[in-house]
Amino acid sequence: MNNESTGSGVKAMDVKTAAAANKGCEGCNQEAFDKIGNIIDLYKDKEGSLIQVLHKAQEVYGYLPLELQSFIADGLGMSLSEVSGVVTFYPFFKTKPHGRHTISICMGTACYVRGGKKLVDTIHELLGIEVGETTGDGMFTFMVERCIGACGLAPAIMVDDTVYREVDEEMLAAIIEKYRKEEVSK
Amino acid sequence: MAEPIKTLKQLEDIKKEYLAAQEKYDYIVYVCGGAGCVAASCETVKNTLIAEAGKAGIGAKTLVIQTGCMGTCAIGPVMLVTPGNIFYTELNAAKVKTIVSDHLVNGKVVEEYTYYDAALEKHVPCMDDINFFKKQVKIALRNCGAMAYNDIAAYIARDGYQAACKALTELSPQKVVDEVKASGLRGRGGAGFPTGIKWQAAHDQKAEQKYMVCNADEGDPGAFMDRSILDGDPHSVVEGMLLGGYAIGASIGFIYIRAEYPVAVERISEAIDQARKAGLLGKDIFGSGFDFDLEIRIGAGVYVCGEETALMASIEGRRGEPRQKPPLPFQKGLFGCPTNINNVETLANIPAIIKNGGKWYAQYGIEDSKGTKVFALAGDVVMTGIVEVPIGMTMREIIFDICGGIPNGKKFKAVQSGGPSGGVVTEADLDTPTDYKSLQQLGAIMGSGILIVMNEDTCMVDSARYFMEFTREESCGKCNACRLGTKRMLEILERIVDGEGEEGDVELLEELCEVVAETSLCGLGQTAPNAVMSTIRYFRDEYNEHIRDGICRAGVCFTQRDKKAYPQRLRGRVL
Repeated sequence: MNNESTGSGVKAMDVKTAAAANKGCEGCNQEAFDKIGNIIDLYKDKEGSLIQVLHKAQEVYGYLPLELQSFIADGLGMSLSEVSGVVTFYPFFKTKPHGRHTISICMGTACYVRGGKKLVDTIHELLGIEVGETTGDGMFTFMVERCIGACGLAPAIMVDDTVYREVDEEMLAAIIEKYRKEEVSK
Repeated sequence: MAEPIKTLKQLEDIKKEYLAAQEKYDYIVYVCGGAGCVAASCETVKNTLIAEAGKAGIGAKTLVIQTGCMGTCAIGPVMLVTPGNIFYTELNAAKVKTIVSDHLVNGKVVEEYTYYDAALEKHVPCMDDINFFKKQVKIALRNCGAMAYNDIAAYIARDGYQAACKALTELSPQKVVDEVKASGLRGRGGAGFPTGIKWQAAHDQKAEQKYMVCNADEGDPGAFMDRSILDGDPHSVVEGMLLGGYAIGASIGFIYIRAEYPVAVERISEAIDQARKAGLLGKDIFGSGFDFDLEIRIGAGVYVCGEETALMASIEGRRGEPRQKPPLPFQKGLFGCPTNINNVETLANIPAIIKNGGKWYAQYGIEDSKGTKVFALAGDVVMTGIVEVPIGMTMREIIFDICGGIPNGKKFKAVQSGGPSGGVVTEADLDTPTDYKSLQQLGAIMGSGILIVMNEDTCMVDSARYFMEFTREESCGKCNACRLGTKRMLEILERIVDGEGEEGDVELLEELCEVVAETSLCGLGQTAPNAVMSTIRYFRDEYNEHIRDGICRAGVCFTQRDKKAYPQRLRGRVL
């Protein structure tokens, strides 16, 4: 189900890095790790709480690098492989950082038959990235969703938590432009 | 609500108070806050409405209520003005200004902004006269779009929690199960298993701990009925869970909901908090000595987690892979305890059934498919959105009479019923009643109620490829039949749509379909071949044209697909 991230997950494991995580790790955001440590303490005595912890950890850290997975595994008294197995099974959990905005093109049936496919090509042309990749400036990550439940609005896309309805190629370009402008004006 | 609600009288008092408070307003305006209308910025509509009413000096006389989905997603944002039930569509700030000054101040309906019926070629201002609403019977959706989604008092004012009160104070758990059995309600999530029988099995188990689970992992592409209920009427799901918990003897319930539905997560969480504060969840509910509480578990983007054994694995914090059944969940479910799992729509029906009786529910529908069903319409149909109709209504009535048929003068080709596990229904079978049995005979399924309407521009081979790509992507990889079978079938379909199909491919597909359907571990694999089998059954000619003549009638295949890059790009989704 998850060919690529399994590759980037366990295979790339660096024992030293994983070990370092116990004492916090260099270059990692210590404050975030402390926060996640508190979350783990809240949940560690509850059966089956790994996925909840991962959700919360991702909220805090943005993604779940191997160091963090190792930190969580230790905190919950589990093996890293167990944690990594869960992380890589669920597409919602990210093992790489995302851009500041995530553009998700819905490829549910309704969106597909109404032109979602074209939008995938458009993003590819406009941003020069493939699904799952992030633009060089860290601005956009491009994802494809199986169905965001906005079928009455097909083809729909989501930028972060905002849904845009009946999007065509021109609109998509305008939406991207809008986010770029907002960034500049900041 | 200061003190916990213990009696029917308290519920009735809250109802009276709520309704009395509404009487002082001249107009109550319901602004649709369903997902579709939110995307069409209904927030602007609501804010403009409040601001303009204030400016016009009628702010104190106008009540603006944001509701859940009204069902007409295609023409959002929409709002309903009462009294009069005037239904305004495709609103924006400028239109709202005019409506405030003409309608709310001067009492003159702005007809040009009201609902337009394309078939009749005229505006139909009153909701009660609109064909889309007239033919529907709303039970699961009884409150969606008709009340404030975020207010427990609004739910109580529509007789909410009366069923729970009645059950916990007057009925034995067995009586509750009997009522559900009498209703003939079947699971609305897809499998269509009789809910009463499921509850009976869980009720009869002897165990210290049992669990009630709500499957809100609505993952079928094209399905948004559960989302509408969770967004628009979360309390009905809470009450349904409470009743289920009481019936089977569970003290804890889990609601497993997709991470892709952040709004639904927020609203159901809020509803649970409100119910807890009102004493409707927690200890000694309605003074009956029965304890019940709910927890939310958020999914993480895996389709197969909608399968019940996978869902339970996911709640337990593990990889959501299905396992062999039996043991069935009622024997050995969550954390090894007897567990009962129901879908959102099923649960939303329960309070109405307990309140009005199983017989009342069974008057709708036909022989072995009782009640009503919510359908989500999408694709090439005028009114994309949500409808609820008595089971047994024909597909033609739903698509053409209620939802206005095919837009842009195109011809109807097929309707895909039941999502990736379902099949197609063609013109010739449009007059078949939509019940569990009839649809199955056509090679389609009722499923969760997805209807994707396809016009003549849709290639059936490509649509089969699409569904196979979906199931291949979502196959968890645990069993060989599904992991390899979906992959091989996808390869064959891909080469057909790429113009490289070979003689014998269709027969090979049929053979693979049979093997995968019969040998897969869970429902995902068992039903994965349906889309292929069904399109071969009705559109064999199209397959042959692709292979032998290099023709795609719809003009979708052979052209835009960059063979190497395209599947690769989609596959990379998972990161």
